[in-house]
Amino acid sequence: MERAPMQKMALGKAVNAGLRAAMERDPRVLLMGEDIGKLGGVFRVTDGLQKDFGEDRVLDTPLAEAGIVGTALGMSLRGYRPVCEIQFNGFVFPAFNQIVTQLAKMRARTRGRLTVPVVIRMPFGGGIGSVEHHSESPEVLFAHTAGLRVVAPSSAHDAYWMIQQSIASADPVLFLEPERRYWEKGDVDVDLGPGEVAPLHRARVLRPGTDATLVAYGPTVRLALDAAAAAAEDGSDLEVIDLRSISPLDVDTVVESVQRTGRLVVVHEAPTFHGPGAELAARVQERCFYSLEAPVQRVGGFHVPYPAARYEDHYLPDVDRVLDAVEAALAA
Amino acid sequence: MTDGAVSPTTSGAPTMVQLLDASGVRHEHPEHDAHLEPDELLGLLRDLVLLRRFDSEAEALQRTGELGLWVGTRGQEAAQIGAARAASPQDHFFPTYRDHGATLTRDVDPLHILSIYRGIDHGGWDPVEHGVHPYTLVIAAQLLPAVGYAMGVQRDGAVGTGDPARDTAVLAYLGDGATSQGEASEALGWAAVYHAPVVFLCQNNQWAISEPVERQARVPLHRRADGVGIPGVMVDGNDVLAMFSVVRSALDRARSGGGPTFIEAWTYRMGAHTTSDDPTRYRDAVEVEQWREKDPIERFRTYLRAEGVLDDDFEDQLAAEAEALAERIRAGVRGMTDPDPVAMFDHAYAEPHAQVEEERDAFLAAWAQQEQDLEQSPAGGGR
Repeated sequence: MERAPMQKMALGKAVNAGLRAAMERDPRVLLMGEDIGKLGGVFRVTDGLQKDFGEDRVLDTPLAEAGIVGTALGMSLRGYRPVCEIQFNGFVFPAFNQIVTQLAKMRARTRGRLTVPVVIRMPFGGGIGSVEHHSESPEVLFAHTAGLRVVAPSSAHDAYWMIQQSIASADPVLFLEPERRYWEKGDVDVDLGPGEVAPLHRARVLRPGTDATLVAYGPTVRLALDAAAAAAEDGSDLEVIDLRSISPLDVDTVVESVQRTGRLVVVHEAPTFHGPGAELAARVQERCFYSLEAPVQRVGGFHVPYPAARYEDHYLPDVDRVLDAVEAALAA
Repeated sequence: MTDGAVSPTTSGAPTMVQLLDASGVRHEHPEHDAHLEPDELLGLLRDLVLLRRFDSEAEALQRTGELGLWVGTRGQEAAQIGAARAASPQDHFFPTYRDHGATLTRDVDPLHILSIYRGIDHGGWDPVEHGVHPYTLVIAAQLLPAVGYAMGVQRDGAVGTGDPARDTAVLAYLGDGATSQGEASEALGWAAVYHAPVVFLCQNNQWAISEPVERQARVPLHRRADGVGIPGVMVDGNDVLAMFSVVRSALDRARSGGGPTFIEAWTYRMGAHTTSDDPTRYRDAVEVEQWREKDPIERFRTYLRAEGVLDDDFEDQLAAEAEALAERIRAGVRGMTDPDPVAMFDHAYAEPHAQVEEERDAFLAAWAQQEQDLEQSPAGGGR
């Protein structure tokens, strides 16, 4: 049989296509959120879905995030698979109680008798010059909550498949969409069989290299690739790994790489203090102590509230900061 | 209150639905009436008496160190039993941690409640099989899931079909303190907007630990319903017949597609908030004595005697049944074994999680090593 050709899609459009595929496959899949119907969401990620699937499956909800997640949980108990959209990362906190005290704990609370397969989609990360609460990276708060899965695609292809895998998961999943990458186009292979799609929680080596390992996820993957290209011009051969999943963490893929390169730089927009890089550094030193040639370097946001847009260029990791960290790792 | 605000504790009384007054005299009500057969009436009395015995036995078990904590129901038996018995088998309950009466009417093993307070688990019953959601300890956090469940019922087409075995409603429990939570307001608004088949049952037991209901609201609690455009009803929560009647009609309404109702059951927490609480620090003994006069079980007993429904034989049988229940509870709690420690890793996730698996393996290895060390120690012997 002929394979369908690759489709060129923006990341946001790929989430849309993934949602559509999941909704076509399973009538229990519902979308819930603010302005996701006629408007198609503030980023247009759900564009056209209410028109095609109706108001019963694409719900424009009251403006209440705890309500979105809490009622989604209740619907999941009746066998539905709700996909919630939180409009912006900083607006997730009214729902934090439902996510942390109910959604994450329901399965353990009932010794496995109840499962709550709710997906929470949320744009994250900065770089779009927006106002307060629109550019944050709060993934650690959720990764630190047992019972949740936390994933972040960096490309259109992953966005298309990972949203479908998240919806299919029996566990609640926080699905983080890199908001400044929504419009970046990439090839999506929509014609993959079940065994051909990479597992949801498997990291991926995007660029093989020998001198140091760069680990990123979501919006910083493009940054890491750019930094690696710049480093190549200076004669350094960097390996780039897209983590893809923050909980669970595919430590094995990172360890395998660091055992070869001896050096690790972790790049994320979340603050480095108590950040994912700290967790990776701890795990890598446990398993790669004798392979490490240099201290693990972390590049990320600062331990300050996300600043106003005119500070963004200084707050967010950029190629120069990544290369500084690479240089420090290589110099050691 | 000195500024003319309506006090939630002094107003509303004229609108309160009451079928049985504190002295057990039956009154007619234009909208609500409980037409129950003698065996149904005796069934309610049995539930009330067994719940009170269950509660006192559990409190005693806490006092003797068998339970870590107990959350008592004394005084609220009619509110809980009347409401729960008004439900259809397919209706789903979302209780608070005090609603043992609701839970027990769903054939949940009493030991599956007590295991929570012994620290064995968070509730041993199957929520699907019994139609009772697990107890929620974060105040009001069960309400939005209850509304969502009701929205799921709507989507299943299990509302307004006219089939009494199919149409389904949700009974969402909350207390007076919970009405102050933002999520309670969200749940009321959400239920109203989606016309969800849910009945909010607020047991106003006058106290949220040490805080009186005046600290929660400046209007009677049932009037919260006005703000979202759903019916709000106040009912004597110590009157099992009124509770049964009001909740039944609200559930009927929800099942038939009439939308949500908010019910305020006017009752009293006769005991402490929990066994860790000391209510003598914040409330007057006179108030407690006044409520003792309104006891939900005594008034019902008086009524049933006057009607000739209740006789000594039934009372004797019931006393024996309560005694047997108490014995079973005592033996059952004392016989509970601690869970296998490694079971804590079992249900954090439905699907494998690399870090949890790694931690479980390390835990098991450390455990095995400790066992081995103990066996090899000079003192010998296992754990």
